[in-house]
Amino acid sequence: MDDWPILSLVTFLPLVGAVFILGIRGEAEVVARNARYVALWTSLATFIMSLFIWFNFERGTADYQFMEQATWFPGYNIDYKMGVDGISMLFVMLSTLLTPLCVIASWDAIRVRVKEYMIAFLVLETLMVGMFCAQDFLLFYFFYEGVLIPMFLIIGIWGGERRVYSAFKFFLFTLAGSVLLFLALLAMYFEVGTTDIQTLTAHGFPASMQTWLWLAMFASFAVKVPMWPVHTWLPDAHVEAPTAGSVILAGVLLKMGGYGFIRFSLPMLPLASEFFTPLMFTLSVMAIIYTSLVALAQEDMKKLIAYSSVAHMGLVTLGTFTITQQGLEGAIFQMLSHGVVSAALFLIVGVIYDRLHTRLIARYDGLVERMPVYSLMFMIFMLASVGLPGTSGFVGEFLVLVGIFQVNTLAALLATGGMILGAAYMLYLYRRVIFGVMTKPDLKAILDMSPREILVFAPLLVLVFWMGIYPMSFLDVFSASVANIVDLHQAALLQAPGRSFASLFSLSQ
Amino acid sequence: MIETLIVLLPLLGALIAGLSGRFIGDRGAQIVTCGLLGASALMSIYIFKDVALDGNVRTTELFTWIDSGAFELSWAIKLDTLSAVMLLVVTNISILIHVYSIGYMSHDKSVPRFFSYLSLFTFFMLALVTADNFVQMYFGWEGVGVASYLLIGFWYHKPSACAAAIKAFLVNRVGDAAFALGIVGTFFLFGAVEFESVFAAAPAMAEMRFEFIGFEANALTVICLLLFIGAMGKSAQLFLHTWLPDAMEGPTPVSALIHAATMVTAGVFMVARLSPMFEYAPFALDVVTVVGASTAFFAATVGLTQFDIKRVIAYSTCSQLGYMFFAAGVSAYGASVFHLMTHAFFKALLFLAAGSVIHALSDEQDMRKMGGIWRLIPVTYAVMWIGSLALAGVPPFAGFFSKDMILEAAYGAQSMVGGYAFWLGIAAAFMTAFYSWRLLFLVFHGAPRADEKTMSHIHESPKVMLVPLILLATGAVFAGWLGYDLFVGEGRVEFWGASILVLGANDSIEAGHHAPTWVKLLPLIMGASGIALAWIMYVARPDLPALAARVFRPLYLFSFNKWYFDELYDWLFVRPAMALGRGLWKSGDGAVIDGAGPDGIAAATRSLAGRLSRIQTGYLYHYAFAMMIGVVGLISWYLLTGAG
Repeated sequence: MDDWPILSLVTFLPLVGAVFILGIRGEAEVVARNARYVALWTSLATFIMSLFIWFNFERGTADYQFMEQATWFPGYNIDYKMGVDGISMLFVMLSTLLTPLCVIASWDAIRVRVKEYMIAFLVLETLMVGMFCAQDFLLFYFFYEGVLIPMFLIIGIWGGERRVYSAFKFFLFTLAGSVLLFLALLAMYFEVGTTDIQTLTAHGFPASMQTWLWLAMFASFAVKVPMWPVHTWLPDAHVEAPTAGSVILAGVLLKMGGYGFIRFSLPMLPLASEFFTPLMFTLSVMAIIYTSLVALAQEDMKKLIAYSSVAHMGLVTLGTFTITQQGLEGAIFQMLSHGVVSAALFLIVGVIYDRLHTRLIARYDGLVERMPVYSLMFMIFMLASVGLPGTSGFVGEFLVLVGIFQVNTLAALLATGGMILGAAYMLYLYRRVIFGVMTKPDLKAILDMSPREILVFAPLLVLVFWMGIYPMSFLDVFSASVANIVDLHQAALLQAPGRSFASLFSLSQ
Repeated sequence: MIETLIVLLPLLGALIAGLSGRFIGDRGAQIVTCGLLGASALMSIYIFKDVALDGNVRTTELFTWIDSGAFELSWAIKLDTLSAVMLLVVTNISILIHVYSIGYMSHDKSVPRFFSYLSLFTFFMLALVTADNFVQMYFGWEGVGVASYLLIGFWYHKPSACAAAIKAFLVNRVGDAAFALGIVGTFFLFGAVEFESVFAAAPAMAEMRFEFIGFEANALTVICLLLFIGAMGKSAQLFLHTWLPDAMEGPTPVSALIHAATMVTAGVFMVARLSPMFEYAPFALDVVTVVGASTAFFAATVGLTQFDIKRVIAYSTCSQLGYMFFAAGVSAYGASVFHLMTHAFFKALLFLAAGSVIHALSDEQDMRKMGGIWRLIPVTYAVMWIGSLALAGVPPFAGFFSKDMILEAAYGAQSMVGGYAFWLGIAAAFMTAFYSWRLLFLVFHGAPRADEKTMSHIHESPKVMLVPLILLATGAVFAGWLGYDLFVGEGRVEFWGASILVLGANDSIEAGHHAPTWVKLLPLIMGASGIALAWIMYVARPDLPALAARVFRPLYLFSFNKWYFDELYDWLFVRPAMALGRGLWKSGDGAVIDGAGPDGIAAATRSLAGRLSRIQTGYLYHYAFAMMIGVVGLISWYLLTGAG
């Protein structure tokens, strides 16, 4: 296996499946069934293949592994270059895990244009995996922007009533930022002469240039995260997207922004990152408090969870820009945990949406009477979202707190305020939907989760507890890479004239 | 190995009962949870002998939990005297309450779920008391919070139970957030979160200062105060107490186990466990004392006027927790944990006896509808007396030993805050005796006030409920007498060993032993007069309470409405948060961000496009004019910037 281009295989296998589905002809019913099965088997095969990455990945090193390189634009120093390090590897796994779950979750829920739907998902998987593997900025940009297209279609075609408005809002918001990212890419290329990420990282851009490059990247990544105040596309996109679309959106697409900050902004532009840290802290804390309060007032389940995502991602950006070992590890862990937990929560909403076709909280009550298994699942993922120790949500949140307290105690205090509000809106949601007496007549016949639905949740359930009780399996993967980023950052600051590193430490006798 | 089993067996029981309750049935769930927990309890007795009496202190590390840079910690089980005492108390009270619940919950339709939650709670509590680092303690801490949330909301069809459950979780969460900050601060200061490393470094850090949210302050004091806020939440101390009375919505065995004997004492345990830190933060200790004493007093005043039998006992719990805290605040940690232990017996007893009363009266909780039933349920009546005697501190019952020790230590501390605690404690002792006998007289004596149907159904509880009551009553009689020497007497230094640190100058227990005789007698006199007053008001002159309520109407209302804390918090936090959320959503997200952002730009683009299409008139001179303006503009710009 050692000399196989494993990353390219994992990246492009879904595309092969998509081409295969494209070729299916015949009666509508048969086409739909075959498309479902092809998509399922392709995505499962991709996942199994990605397990090779998990098992063969060498832990404890910051080096890139499974490197592949081929000339893309001869003579321009722009290559097709793939590789993963500790930071990107787990996101690849997250993408390959969630895609088959999305296919299963859409099995009965999607009835129209099944063939096109499955193609969109497989193409999306290729683009997501490719984005996390890309080691060339242009290649990264290609995947990063490409993701927009299938997602735009998924929301715009299979979405709810206001799907067109939401799809355009999603597209325009993210595209606006991306244009600036492309400018930054061009500027870097003309400065260095290559788009190779490792070369760019080692280059050391002049301080004046860093500020502008940082702002351009910020425009793009902040929208993707999304950070306050450019988050308003997310609730609309989630509400209108089909369940599986929300799962991928919350599970993987939001991580692209956080990944961008960690992969590009921090290591390539250390001085600017340091300079803009107060801005990032302010926006992150705003996101945590503001969106938590907004979540409290929501009447639509998906909107509530969407707003909670913004708050959780606020913790991610907060942790990232502490630029400490714990803060960064916490941010990455929080992204992974959020990928699992929010995906599960959107699936949870999907389960009852499929039954009653409404997401309004007021339309439900007392579900525990008829749906005990469902209530238990909901309870576990709700508590994971709240950050209960022993579940995945805790580790990331707590490490971020450890990180931020070392840098800014006020931000730490406000972030813990988010912990309280986070519990408030989730418990309030749970109470309204699950507890109480079942009075609504159309709920009387509602059925508990089917085996297929339980199958979708099982891997997520295992992960939530695994990540919570023995997070070392995951922390080990990226701790060396994070340590490398922190070291390089400090080295860069020390070299820069007129900046004191001592300001980070306020301990005094 | 054995200690791992003690902690994990209840979890196993909870999982089996919870996940396969449908297959093994009610009886199966009861057998599994009680059997496994019983084994745990037996092993805890052995551990108590091995660790606390024979001194085999040890820590078992299971496996690494989190390792991020210097932030390193493991799942572990720490056994020293303090945790051995807690293991003993928690497992034994818990098994008694499990057995009692077999009878009490027999009519309920979700028996397996109930036993599963109870065992789950016990697991988290054991994980909490055996933690060897702050984060595992936090794990148990939040875990018992969740179990408490589940059990308060056990009857989920009652809106009041759901509301109480959420309230309990959220008020606790406020404390937990502070606790989390305290842990993070500890790591910042010490570079470690394991108790041993932190405690070893504490003396060196006593004078360290750091900046916290813009203020420069003593680091250890700030951290201890943050941790203490966590303890205040869990132990329902003043300002964070509002959840405890509402928590009585849960089934009565839950109130006995979680909201009286074990979980609410976690805060006291925490302060005792962290004594090596608190001892070097004298200001934090003063705060602990003042908050504890104020709570003891405040809760007692509220307890005077409540009519719900469980709420009276709940406020009494709150008040007794206040005693434990001010004991810890004056460095009498031994007395504090001693009272924790005796209180666990007699308060669990009082709750379970109240449960027996409620059970007998067909789920009636209002004392105004009770009375005159002591002949009908004699065993319950007798154990209620024992519990009340122990609570009021009448010798030789358990509370006498521990409560007097606390008051003597507060006096012996010879400080301002010690004096404050002593006098408020004395006042609370008087009120405690009063409301306990008010309860006894209202419930058992006088003319029956229940309707005939209820009265005809009155019956003594089944044996499965009475046996735990009698065992707890035995504890309430003997626990104080048996434990005195070890916990606070001559043997205390050897008994506690390294698990509790008291600096030489702070040894208030020693000073308390030498307190003047009037200090030792005063609590007893106050208790006796409280009982006497209750007898006068509720037996001799039953018209007096109504008269007193009329004469002291403002005071009465203030007490009856629990000092208006709920109303205040609702007005201060709950409503603003909801209003703010709605406002930010509609006007912040909707009008401002989207208005100026995507929707605004879209509208602007549309109108701009409209205007641009109007400019395209088709007349050549219009275009020529526009071009000329462009040329002029370009040339001017070029002249201004480039040419010079």
